[in-house]
Amino acid sequence: MSENTVAAPAVAAAPPTPPRPVRVNKRKRHKHNLAGYGFIAPWLLGVFGFTLIPMVYSLYLSLTRFNLLTAPQWTGLDNYVTLLSDPRYLQAVKVTLIYVVTSVPLKLALALLVAVALNRGLAALGFYRSVFYLPSLLGASVAVSVMWRQIFSQQGLLNEFLGWFGIHGADWIGDPRYAMWTLVLLSGWQFGTPMLIFLAGLKQLPQDLYEAAALDGAGRIRVFFTITLPLLSPMVFFNLVLETINAFQTFTPAFVVSAGTGGPIDSTLLYTLYLYLKGFGSLQMGYASAMAWVLFLVIGAFTAVYFWSARRWVNYAE
Amino acid sequence: MTARRRIHWRAHTVLLVTLIVMIYPLVWLVGASFKPENQIFTTVSPLPLEPTLANYFSGWTATGTSFSVYLANSVTVSLCVVVGNLISCSLAAYAFARLDFAFRRVWFGLMLGTLMLPFQATLIPQYTIFYRLNWINTFLPLVVPYFLAYDAFFIFLMVQFIRGIPRELDEAAALDGAGHVRVFGTIILPLLRPALITTGVLTFIWTFNDFLRQLVYLSDNTRYTVPLGLNSFIDKASGSSYGGMLAMSVVTLVPTVAVFLISQRRLVDGVANTGIK
Repeated sequence: MSENTVAAPAVAAAPPTPPRPVRVNKRKRHKHNLAGYGFIAPWLLGVFGFTLIPMVYSLYLSLTRFNLLTAPQWTGLDNYVTLLSDPRYLQAVKVTLIYVVTSVPLKLALALLVAVALNRGLAALGFYRSVFYLPSLLGASVAVSVMWRQIFSQQGLLNEFLGWFGIHGADWIGDPRYAMWTLVLLSGWQFGTPMLIFLAGLKQLPQDLYEAAALDGAGRIRVFFTITLPLLSPMVFFNLVLETINAFQTFTPAFVVSAGTGGPIDSTLLYTLYLYLKGFGSLQMGYASAMAWVLFLVIGAFTAVYFWSARRWVNYAE
Repeated sequence: MTARRRIHWRAHTVLLVTLIVMIYPLVWLVGASFKPENQIFTTVSPLPLEPTLANYFSGWTATGTSFSVYLANSVTVSLCVVVGNLISCSLAAYAFARLDFAFRRVWFGLMLGTLMLPFQATLIPQYTIFYRLNWINTFLPLVVPYFLAYDAFFIFLMVQFIRGIPRELDEAAALDGAGHVRVFGTIILPLLRPALITTGVLTFIWTFNDFLRQLVYLSDNTRYTVPLGLNSFIDKASGSSYGGMLAMSVVTLVPTVAVFLISQRRLVDGVANTGIK
């Protein structure tokens, strides 16, 4: 790519100099400056152009009133103050937190259960792995959300099935008490990715510990909690961080299942959906930017807490 | 031996039941798309008793623009993003994994940091930038960032992979006088193939299924991608034509599933070994 040379720094490749014993020559220390910057030039352009500068710009916009068509008007912290008294915003925060703290554990528990079941040297392992992974790949698509809506609607598949047992099912999508749980269930359905990661981790566990435990007569549940789970804690940690970040950003199912409204009565108004409605529905770009920054900080805080607590419960080998 | 086999049978049974429950909705969706409108919700059975293609015919053009247009748009965007990701991410990964340059650790740390950044945080500023560039309602905002390695996830994946390639190989080539471009092109890239395949397949599927970005950037019917086409179908039909909606849902899933089936063994191994979303 020809842009590579554009961002290359003025530091020329170091001429060969005799080794100096006292201070290592700075230029000598980095042998491949020119090549290195040439290879990362596209990424550097991208990270400044599409991430760092936009982040700063977004921070500025969050302090303005901005409708895209006219110049931003400085309003200071107004947007942030308004957030605190916007009942729909607070509802979105509540719904999102409930979604994150229920869907992530559900997904990881399913992933771990299936991974442990698959890790018995079963025949057809490859088949199981692939089929269990498929929903994770399809999960974010509009089509799957459409399907979900059909399953849980009043005349949907689930109620048809419940009818066999004489149970009169609710209107799962249309009832604010249940609508969000169908989204949590949809997230649980996509446990394939963490399952694959758990499975890879399980394969690397030292077998001698299990043999020792078997000699001691430890039961399977005991072995799971005293050997498998602690040894797997780095994988649990990794999946927890990843899935939490993903859960905070969920958009498509909430949008499709509620037909873009977050309804019924805002029961599925996930954070990102409200951000979209504010920013692109009513063109309150400054307000939406403030929302985006709060989301960024909250995800950062969650991640920081995970990393801080990791020292207590994550066992790294060695 | 028998005890062991019995355990396996039990595991198989539990797994199979779980698997059937999980896959049932998808099977039902496909079956229902071939049922006449009035039978879709009256039968739990996924098998259409009187199979018909009517839903596909009625759904294909129901939004005013043919689904063929949406499919062509989606494939164009997705393939461009795949090419962009493969080129830009492999270049950066080579530098991070093998080259020694000033501030490498700083840049590498920054790259890892962007992995945790919610994409919504940059959505609005990016939108205003593209708006100023007059790129709204073109494919450029969906494609250009990926030629600049926007998706750091794949850089990370490739860095990890390159670290597993013995250094002796490229050091030998360098001793023979090969420059970095040659080492990268003739040694690293061929060995990187498994990671490139994983990247390509996942990029294709994720881009094809992506909704929010396409929803934000594309506003003209003829520029719509498949997810937008399906979404506008829902809006238009608003419950009146379930059959067409389900049929078009199946249509939007077909390319993803096809790519998955072709690549599944490698893809699943790749995901398992690199721990990616």
